[in-house]
Parts: sequence; C-alpha cells; structure tokens
Amino acid sequence: MAAGAIEVGDDAAGGGGGETAVHRLGKLVFERVAEIGDVSLFSLRALGWIARRRSRGSVLVPIFYAIGVRSVSVVAITGTFIGMVLAVQTYHEFQAMGLETKLGSVINLSLVKELGPVLAATMLAGRVGSSMAAELGTMRVTEQIDALTALGTDPIHHLVVPRFLACLLLIPLLTLMADFMGVIGGAVVCTQVLGIDSYAYWKHSRDFVESIDILVGVVKSLFFGAAIALVSCHRGFKSGAGAEGVGKAATEAFVFSFVGILFLDFVLGLFWNTVYRLYWPHTPGLL
Amino acid sequence: MSAGGATAGDDLIEFRDVSIQFRRHKVLRGLNLTIRRGQTLCVIGESGCGKTVLLKLVVGLLKPTSGQIFFEGEDVARMSARALVKLRLRFGFLFQMAALFDSMDVYDNVAFGPREHRICGEDQIAGIVARRLRDVGLPPGLERKKPAELSGGQRKRVGLARALALDPEVMLYDEPTTGLDPIMTDVINELILQTQRQGGKTGIVVTHEMRTVAKAADRVVMLFPLARVGRDDPQVIYDGPAAGLEDAADPRVRQFVRGEAGDRLREPTAADAP
Repeated sequence: MAAGAIEVGDDAAGGGGGETAVHRLGKLVFERVAEIGDVSLFSLRALGWIARRRSRGSVLVPIFYAIGVRSVSVVAITGTFIGMVLAVQTYHEFQAMGLETKLGSVINLSLVKELGPVLAATMLAGRVGSSMAAELGTMRVTEQIDALTALGTDPIHHLVVPRFLACLLLIPLLTLMADFMGVIGGAVVCTQVLGIDSYAYWKHSRDFVESIDILVGVVKSLFFGAAIALVSCHRGFKSGAGAEGVGKAATEAFVFSFVGILFLDFVLGLFWNTVYRLYWPHTPGLL
Repeated sequence: MSAGGATAGDDLIEFRDVSIQFRRHKVLRGLNLTIRRGQTLCVIGESGCGKTVLLKLVVGLLKPTSGQIFFEGEDVARMSARALVKLRLRFGFLFQMAALFDSMDVYDNVAFGPREHRICGEDQIAGIVARRLRDVGLPPGLERKKPAELSGGQRKRVGLARALALDPEVMLYDEPTTGLDPIMTDVINELILQTQRQGGKTGIVVTHEMRTVAKAADRVVMLFPLARVGRDDPQVIYDGPAAGLEDAADPRVRQFVRGEAGDRLREPTAADAP
C-alpha cells in the first residue's frame, strides 16, 4: 500500500480500508455536532456563573469600556454611511415611480429593523469578537488560563462572564447609535443632496416607523451580542498552539459570529413575522 | 530514609496506574508514584516525556485517561468543583513561562489569589504582596510594572511570589530555570531551596537543569518518552536520590545526566518506531 493510503487509513480511526467521501462527510457532521454541543455546554456554564456569582466591578469596568465605549466611533461611522448609501442606491428607482418622498420610510424602517442591529453586531464581531478570541487564545497558549484555574478561580467566571455581560448589555446601545446615525445620514443625503422635501420625508418616516420596529431591532441585538461573546470566547478557549492557532481562533471567532448573526436574524425574523401576523392580521403594506 | 529518598512524613500524593493520552498521542502509561509530605521531588526527563502533564494532573488541570491520583487519600478526579478549588488553594504553581496575567501589573498579579478568595482586606493584601516580593528578592518599585516590562528572571520571581501569596502547602515548579542565565538560574534554585525549607513544604520540581536537581531534590524520578519505551517496559527509569544519578544502572539515565547526544544524531530506522 502506498504511503498516502496508509495515512488515509490511519486517519479513518481504526483503518480497515480507504476513507470514502461518505466517511469524510460523516466525520465532518460528527465534528460539527460535537462542536455545537461543546459551545452549548460552554454557554450553559457561563450562564450558570452569572446566576451564581457577581463579577467584581474592577473586572467589569475595563471590559465594558473596551467593548462598549471603544466601539462607539466605528459603529457610528458604519451607521452613518449605511444610511447615506441606502439613500443613494434607492433614490432613482423611487424617483422613477414618483415616490421619492417615501424614501424616509424605506430607509428608516430598513435601518431600525435590520441594518442597524445586523451592522452594529457585525462591527462588534469584527472589532471585539476577534480581539476577545485572540486575547483569550493567547492566555490559553501562555498558560494564563491554567494559572487562573490553579489559583482556584474558574476561568469562565473570570474571563467569559464579564465579556458576555458587556456584549449583551452594550450592544442595544450600540444598535441605537447605529440606527440614529443611519437615520441622520440618510436624511442628510435625501433632503440636502437629493433635494427631497424635508417635511414629506419625515412625515412618511413617522407614519411607517413605529416604536415596536425599533424595539424589534434592539431585542434582536441582544441575541447577536450574546452569540458574539459566547462564540468568540469559546474560540479563544479552544485556541490551538502558537501564533497560527491564535490567528485561526481570531478568524474563526469573526466568521462563526457572523454566520451566527445571520442565522439568528433569519430565525428571529421568522418568529417576529409570525407573532406580528398573529396579533395584527390586517396589517397594511408599506406603500 | 526510604528507598525513594523521602525525608519525612506520610504519603501526600499518590499516582496509581495513571495513563493519559491526547487524541492518539500517549504521554503517560501506568504511572505509579507516591510523594511524601515534606519531600521535594525532582522529575527529570527529555522534552515530551510527560513531566508537565504530571504536574497538571496533580491539581486537576488535566484528567487522566485511566488510573487515579490521590491527595491525602482522596481521588482528585472525583472531587466536587468546590473541593477541587479548596485543593488548589493548598498548591502553589510556578508555570514554565511564569504565566503572569498580561493585563495586570505585578502588584495585582501577586494580589490576585488573596483578593479573589477574599481571605483578607486590601491593607493586609498590600502587606502580603510586599512580603512575597521581598521574599523572592525583587526590589521595591516594580509593583506597577506590567509583565511585558520585566526580564525573564523577574517574571519567574513574580510568578513565584504569586504562587506563594496564599501560603500553599505544596509547591509545583514547572521548569523554573528554563531560559535563564546561569546566575539567575542559581537565584531561582536558591529561592526554591529556601521556599522548600521554610515551613517544610512539599514540592514537585519538573526540570532539565541538573544544578536544580543537585540543589533542591530529596528524591529524583526520571521519566522516559513513551514513544521510545518498549510496550512492557516501565516509563520511570530512575527513582532514587540525586546522588545516585551519575552511577545509575540504566545508561539512558547517565546519558541524560551527562547531556550526551549519543546515538541521537544517527538516522532513525524502522526499529526506532514506537
């Protein structure tokens, strides 16, 4: 048997012939299921610690500052540009139908229900998620996490809980910031650059965007924040050795968080639509 | 003195038929070892033979694949989370690269244990930190420096101060002198000796450094990498006093102690495969 064939057989946990595509698929599925189980247990442990013991203020404050305050500028810039881009991209189609004054409702509704929460979460995953995974991964490979355990401290309580709370509690504020800046950006472009009547723009916004729409976006952001913290911390804790392992953990933290955000957005969107139709069955359309 | 060179006291830690493997990589196999109270055991052996793993098993940082580890007769793997925390507070662990918390300064690193376990007020913690830093010979003024600003020797000494802050009964040293110059190596060796003598602490020192062994060991155990041990051969190839290492019957022990490459430079053959 060729050397390559021996290696494949060896990888197939027990040998007994070459590994087929079905074996590989099965192995991949098992690994992913195990991974999901591992993240779930990790999350339950973190939630258990939140219920059992409060984190110290001296631990929480620097983390809240790093995650919340230092994300404000990037979230604000992203929100502003998204509002402006939405205005530019939709203007011509609406103008062709003579509906340009209704742009306010389209832009603002898109922002508060979808783009604000998703983009704030994406920026948080990119700026904070990767950083958390890299930091915890470095702590893992330099035995700092072992040192915490050896000193009788649970690393999940000490490292994960403050980051989880920071992401969970601060992402709604960041989402509102993204919403606000996007609304302002869109309004400035529409009314000052594209020449849409300001009164009509804001009237349509007010007619179609309700408090519940903003609340839906904020509630969604709570799920996104929790997912970012748990996925990123888990990746950091499971980081492989060396610079390559830490780099991979940081990349995976962003990728998995982003996929998680999109998945949650879809599931929560379906859920919200079901609830909405249940309570308001005769809802008028947008236009 | 026992055959193992124990100085005094009863059995404190016992490894009973302990094996551990990571995926398919076997590191320890059927290890039996007893460490007596007050004894300083040096564990030597080539890189990858499982010395650090042995230390981490003692405090439950790793769990054995099979076998049991007893501390004062209690199985570490079966302890509740609360009991395990209490156990760990009886240990001090000096990690190979000191493992200081990057985000904290020297003071907060040393104060971490007492503060986390709320054993006393902040005034008393300040006293503990000052005393421990003085014990390890660090000059005043380093308290507000971050670990990245310290030299290798200073980091090790801060790590030792942190490990001693909770006044542990058992000290675990993982390659305490690795990467240090000869003078700093001797400083750390002296500190280990001083720590072990004061209060009659039990200690396990994992090291490659024969000067550390000569200075600190009551007893020496040498492990051999499983990859080069026959299926039925023991992994512990020496267990005795430091003075007997040079004249050990096993040539592998003498080769290690003398630091001779021997046949390691020749091309590996099929017979070398595990």
